[in-house]
Amino acid sequence: MSKNMSRRAFLKGGAVLACAAATSGLPASVKSSDEEPLATLHDLRKCIGCGECVEACRESNQLLFPKPTKPFPKMFPKRVKAEDWSGKQDVNDRLTPYNWLTIQQADVSTDKGERKVYIPRRCMHCVNPPCVKLCPWGAAHQEKNGISVINPDLCLGGAKCQNVCPWDIPQRQTGIGLYLDILPTYAGNGVMYKCNRCYEKVAKGENPACLDICPEGVQTIGPRKEIIAKAYEISMEIGGYVYGDKENGGTNTIYVSPVPFETLNEAIAKGKGLPDLSTKKDVMADGNSMTAALFLAPVAGVVGAVSRYLATMKRINATNELKMDEGGHES
Amino acid sequence: MNPKINTLIQRVIFFMLLLSGFAQMPIFKRYYIADLPGFGWLAQYGVTHLIHYGFAIVFTLAVFYRWTLYFLENRAERKITGKWLAQASGVVLILGVIISGFFLVARNLPGYRFSAAVITGVDIVHLGLVMMSLLFSLGMMIYRRFKQSIA
Repeated sequence: MSKNMSRRAFLKGGAVLACAAATSGLPASVKSSDEEPLATLHDLRKCIGCGECVEACRESNQLLFPKPTKPFPKMFPKRVKAEDWSGKQDVNDRLTPYNWLTIQQADVSTDKGERKVYIPRRCMHCVNPPCVKLCPWGAAHQEKNGISVINPDLCLGGAKCQNVCPWDIPQRQTGIGLYLDILPTYAGNGVMYKCNRCYEKVAKGENPACLDICPEGVQTIGPRKEIIAKAYEISMEIGGYVYGDKENGGTNTIYVSPVPFETLNEAIAKGKGLPDLSTKKDVMADGNSMTAALFLAPVAGVVGAVSRYLATMKRINATNELKMDEGGHES
Repeated sequence: MNPKINTLIQRVIFFMLLLSGFAQMPIFKRYYIADLPGFGWLAQYGVTHLIHYGFAIVFTLAVFYRWTLYFLENRAERKITGKWLAQASGVVLILGVIISGFFLVARNLPGYRFSAAVITGVDIVHLGLVMMSLLFSLGMMIYRRFKQSIA
């Protein structure tokens, strides 16, 4: 979370924006390059909490929502509970398998008095997503444009993705998916669901459903660098704050707010299906810092063995020479 | 090094690699193993992930050290015999585990994206080769015991 940015970053961001403006401005729909993922910017000054985005998300993804088979298979051991949202599909005040976008409300006191801040929440689409990287079954993947997608045909519903997600975003529905065909009683528990940022629409050059429907133009989409530059430009302009650019090593969902995110985090309801707004350390960083040591391990092994072999040979040769010398003297 | 200590260290490395590897799947909490005193860490993916990486570094280093020394000391079988086949099978299995593991480590770096089919394929290959290595080791152990008993 950053309030201010460096002079260099500001100039760099300004230059990026100037180039974009000089060419064609921000296009209505954008495609990412291979190198640069697409990010979205939520300008929280503009959000009025109308819920149009939530409804548009539900309508757009209706066909992808789970259709579980009942009764659910008996699960072993007893501590494994079914998670069933099929009878509560209308719930929209938290994330569920049937509600991939929710709006949180923060009532905060500022210098200018009391104000309400609405925060649309969904998957952050991390730059290096732990849900994708750590899924033991490879049921999730990351698109070239940075969107993280869970494949409902492969997911077993073990919920590791929810556990490793810094915001606990993916939500489980029991009674559906591949686990039913393997060992439904002993392994798996359904399928995990979350926002896929309308990746099929985006692949065609269209915008996510939640973006186009917004009457207030809260959300914009574009190459990540441009979006971050824009977020900091707005932040500088209003003396505001940015969230999402550094969390968990960086995400593709950037928020800009006139109120500090620490304050918003204290004011919002948090819990299951209600992600917080605290700073997040990079989940993948510790493991990835060991990568060089792992990749060098074979080389180190070979070098160690060759060194030992040469040392042994040298010792044997020295001993042999000594023996020959001694033999020569004797004769 | 004392051969008994050497064998003990090898067994600890294998065991920890297997344990931390299987802990990448959500099974230890489900089946109460992480509830046992002292085993709570098995349900913490962040911890088991680092432990797996740490022991993978030691394992890879030790394997390449041993193979290189074996080759330099001219101890490898020259003719295609039963022993040669057993050695070659062991090398192929372990090399497969290491290569597929390296791929999964590379996948975890930022900016490395692979198709869903490739990720699932390598995940299955890694797990499959580990299981095959286990069965192979078990088979070799039984064979050696059997050979000793009839000798």
